[in-house]
Amino acid sequence: MRSLIDITDLSPAELDGLMDTALDIIANGKQYSDMCRGKKLATLFFEPSTRTRLSFEAAMYELGGNVLSVTDAASSSAAKGESVSDTVKVVSCYADIIAMRHPKEGAALVAANSASVPVINAGDGGHCHPTQTLADLLTIRREKGSLNNLTVGLCGDLKFGRTVHSLIAALSRYEGLKFVLISPEELKVPSYVKNDALKKRNIPYTQTTDLASALPELDILYMTRVQRERFFNEEDYLRLKDSYILTPEKLKAAKEDLCVMHPLPRVNEISVAVDNDPRACYFKQALNGKYMRMALILKLLKEAGTL
Amino acid sequence: MNIDSIRNGIVIDHISAGSGMKLYDLLGLDRLDVSVAIIKNVVSGKMGKKDIIKVDADIPVNLDVIGYVDPGATVNVIRDGRLIEKKTIGMPARLTNVIRCKNPRCITSCEQELAQVFLLTDAEKKEYRCMYCETKASVL
Repeated sequence: MRSLIDITDLSPAELDGLMDTALDIIANGKQYSDMCRGKKLATLFFEPSTRTRLSFEAAMYELGGNVLSVTDAASSSAAKGESVSDTVKVVSCYADIIAMRHPKEGAALVAANSASVPVINAGDGGHCHPTQTLADLLTIRREKGSLNNLTVGLCGDLKFGRTVHSLIAALSRYEGLKFVLISPEELKVPSYVKNDALKKRNIPYTQTTDLASALPELDILYMTRVQRERFFNEEDYLRLKDSYILTPEKLKAAKEDLCVMHPLPRVNEISVAVDNDPRACYFKQALNGKYMRMALILKLLKEAGTL
Repeated sequence: MNIDSIRNGIVIDHISAGSGMKLYDLLGLDRLDVSVAIIKNVVSGKMGKKDIIKVDADIPVNLDVIGYVDPGATVNVIRDGRLIEKKTIGMPARLTNVIRCKNPRCITSCEQELAQVFLLTDAEKKEYRCMYCETKASVL
């Protein structure tokens, strides 16, 4: 059973195919509005999330399908001690496809190994968040016309930021990219991510703590939030949470066609005043995420023989 | 120093000097009710020094454990005092229930019934990662 756990589960050709489908959905939405009639998506969210869950649910509704939802782990069987494995075996009896978010890393793989329907990883702790990456890729393609030959700056929490790890892994398979990794010393990209995605492929990258000096050369600036829930120690969180704040003032040094991205929710790392700048693409990203989730649901249901 | 030859059992040879005790622990040889000899720092023409483990019983050993601790080790199976099989090991691609993931955020930290699976991700660096959370196994 084909599931999506990690963005690298999809080949570059499959990623391109999903983006093509998403662009077709954007252009010809009505043709897709009944494709999942009678099908059910179960959204199992064992960790708080608003936008990802709503995005999945909106995606399924726009395809004409229905949604079964678990939004609060405290009210679910997990609170009684049921394993992820047992939960998804049961949910497989009721739904045609599952989107799951769980606070523990690797939970999505456990689910995919046990479920009898496709499982989409909607975030497993600090590990992976492949559908956010799908949104990111479509945004870059729509804004820049291509995923090749770009200088990509990633800024903020690059250690626990799962969206960053997935994005690096996905982009590393395209041509002519250069990465600028901007973070406090304590929140640098883990070495295994650099080794697997960048060093092995000889992709150039630089690491810096200084956003202002890196900004002028960037085509893409991907800002991230320092996430309180990833820290065991509140003091560390408080010390690092305001490391980078993007303001209109700082953006003056950036390229005219810079694309500013953020997986959202933002706290204060992008000033609200930046929202009116045409270079701000983070709300478009959220919309693109819905189209890519629609494309993904269609692909996985087709491969499962359900459609 | 002499250790008697065994008639029926196994000899794990060519263990890197210093790794014998790790293997003894990970293979659970302490739980056996048979003679087990750990010979440390044996002079070896090829290795300089090596460790050897002799087990005086023909028991199944987990070759994955041996390959993980020391892929250069060999396992000799002895029957009626004769060498009947010599196994070379190499690094296993997958380790199941040999080591535990130490990442407190890993799903295996709260779902104890899950098998602890590590995959060989870099043979050159002898690097294994948890199949679930991709955390690197600590160096032995």
